Amino acid sequence: MKPVFMTYTKKDIINLAVCMVLSVLVIPTFITTEYWYTSILIPWLCLALATIGQQIVMGYTGQLALGAAGFMAAGAFAMFNLILRVPDLGFVGSLIVSGLIAAAFGILFGLPSLKVRGIYLMVATLASQFFIIWMIDKFGWFKNYDSSGIITAQDIVILGKPFTTPLAMYFVCLAVTTILTLLAMNMARGSTGRNWMAVRDMDIAAESMGVSLLRTKVQAFAISAFYCGVAGALFAFCYLKSLEPVAFDIKLSFKILFMCILGGLGTINGAFIGAAFILLFPVLLNSVGNNVFHGAIDATIISSIEQVIFGGLMIIFMIYEPLGMAKLWENLKVSFKSKMSSSGIKSAKSSAQKSE
Amino acid sequence: MEYERKFKIGKPILEVNNISLSFGGVKAITDTSFNVLEHEVRAIIGPNGAGKSSMLNCINGIYKPQQGTVSFRGQQIPNITPNIMAQMGLSRTFQNLALFKRMSVLDNILVGRKLHTKTNFLEVALQLPRVKKEEKLNRERSEEIISFLEIEDIKDTPVGKLPYGLQKKVELGRALATDSTIILLDEPMAGMNVEEKRDMCRFILKVNDELGTTMVLIEHDMGVVMDISDRVVVLDYGKVIGDGTPDEVRSNQKVIDAYLGVEH
Repeated sequence: MKPVFMTYTKKDIINLAVCMVLSVLVIPTFITTEYWYTSILIPWLCLALATIGQQIVMGYTGQLALGAAGFMAAGAFAMFNLILRVPDLGFVGSLIVSGLIAAAFGILFGLPSLKVRGIYLMVATLASQFFIIWMIDKFGWFKNYDSSGIITAQDIVILGKPFTTPLAMYFVCLAVTTILTLLAMNMARGSTGRNWMAVRDMDIAAESMGVSLLRTKVQAFAISAFYCGVAGALFAFCYLKSLEPVAFDIKLSFKILFMCILGGLGTINGAFIGAAFILLFPVLLNSVGNNVFHGAIDATIISSIEQVIFGGLMIIFMIYEPLGMAKLWENLKVSFKSKMSSSGIKSAKSSAQKSE
Repeated sequence: MEYERKFKIGKPILEVNNISLSFGGVKAITDTSFNVLEHEVRAIIGPNGAGKSSMLNCINGIYKPQQGTVSFRGQQIPNITPNIMAQMGLSRTFQNLALFKRMSVLDNILVGRKLHTKTNFLEVALQLPRVKKEEKLNRERSEEIISFLEIEDIKDTPVGKLPYGLQKKVELGRALATDSTIILLDEPMAGMNVEEKRDMCRFILKVNDELGTTMVLIEHDMGVVMDISDRVVVLDYGKVIGDGTPDEVRSNQKVIDAYLGVEH
């Protein structure tokens, strides 16, 4: 298919239009309960954004990194301090700068990728997770010497207008996520993405073609951390509405890793699918527990079942469909289309027979 | 077959001087020197384990030889890495296929255009006009190579799903896309049937003839080597035992001994 605008084909533009209509018009008109915005849609957008970051470094560049939550924490606390100390920057400016600060950490912790790979790199990148959280905990300056441990996030004000209702915050997240997703797509489909994937698939050949491993890997880590940083800032300011280092612990890193793998490595839309699945599945399980078994199953057991199912799914996907749910969705569309067209041929045939 | 060559064989473009390479205590190459002239087809042959692939890896900077130097256009290159060599205009293929398996044929060849891509990731993310122009040029050149290699029908297929012979072709295509002055081919015809081999020879000669690209190739099929190369260097146990035109090499007693075996 020929791209008609930027890197997008006609199909992409239709998909984008459908998504935009759904998210800008349909969802705000039909969903009125606050619960959906504050507990599902906002965290979904934030975590999907962080998952795109994880995709860039892991799915596209093939570097096993585990520390997305660390970069999210860096972004969130940078945001808090920027709004507090440099109010002139404004919300959007602060958001960009906090992304850049997270990117600087990304470069620092991406450097081991030049020497170690695979599971060893994963262990090395864990350092980012622990170091950043430790740093924020250790130095009171980052938390503005707040003794309670939990700081309330400042209100979001853009161009003098407050964005404090769930719906308004949802729109802030939506706007940021949409823009960054489009930029990520441009990179993934352009020469930048090809360099990433070349390094992933065969680094020695990539180097022989003039792709610098140093630059490509560090660039991927920086961009990934930028995405995580922005996602972390949104996560703290729109979803948690508070800042505490504990919120960005290793569990969150693993959650983002799962979203990345279940969604489909090396896909952008997989980030959204994976994030939706991991967020919605516990909700579904809970409502099944409450409505079908009427609370007969203990809540702790339900949450344990959730872990078991996630683990099982990870294994199943790794064996049978390494490209994850995004690929399943693609297959489903293809089989649906071929069924449609074959039934179309049949009906055409039968009508032809009738006319005979 | 005396015909007028568009690109006359010229001065030495690549010189390998006294290279020695060993892994631990095992000597792979010992004090080896030879040169490659501009626009020629140069073959490196030798029995298994003679150090042919190691030689290419030294030229390309994947291995660092303990001794010896590599000169490009008369200039000694102090710190060879694959990246530096690529920038100097030297591209290569690999013995055991080093393609980007999950990427399409077109994308693989587009990676070969890396050195002709000057835009950075920010420009790509924002899809500035410069990016579009560059991408269009790179795609056009890649499509040209694809139609030259007669692989138009598979250009959107992920390379990992292609049969071996086609993958070899794609790898040649990727090396061609760099527009390099020298291409090193590590066993470009290994595992191919007669027909595929003939095709590959045709492509190699055509590239050499039309673009003047200097070709250095490792090959086991003696018939092929003698047919297409201008000069042949023979390695055995990491040493040069013969160097010259195919006819000279064929009549060299040392070469005959190495290939047929000799009683000690």
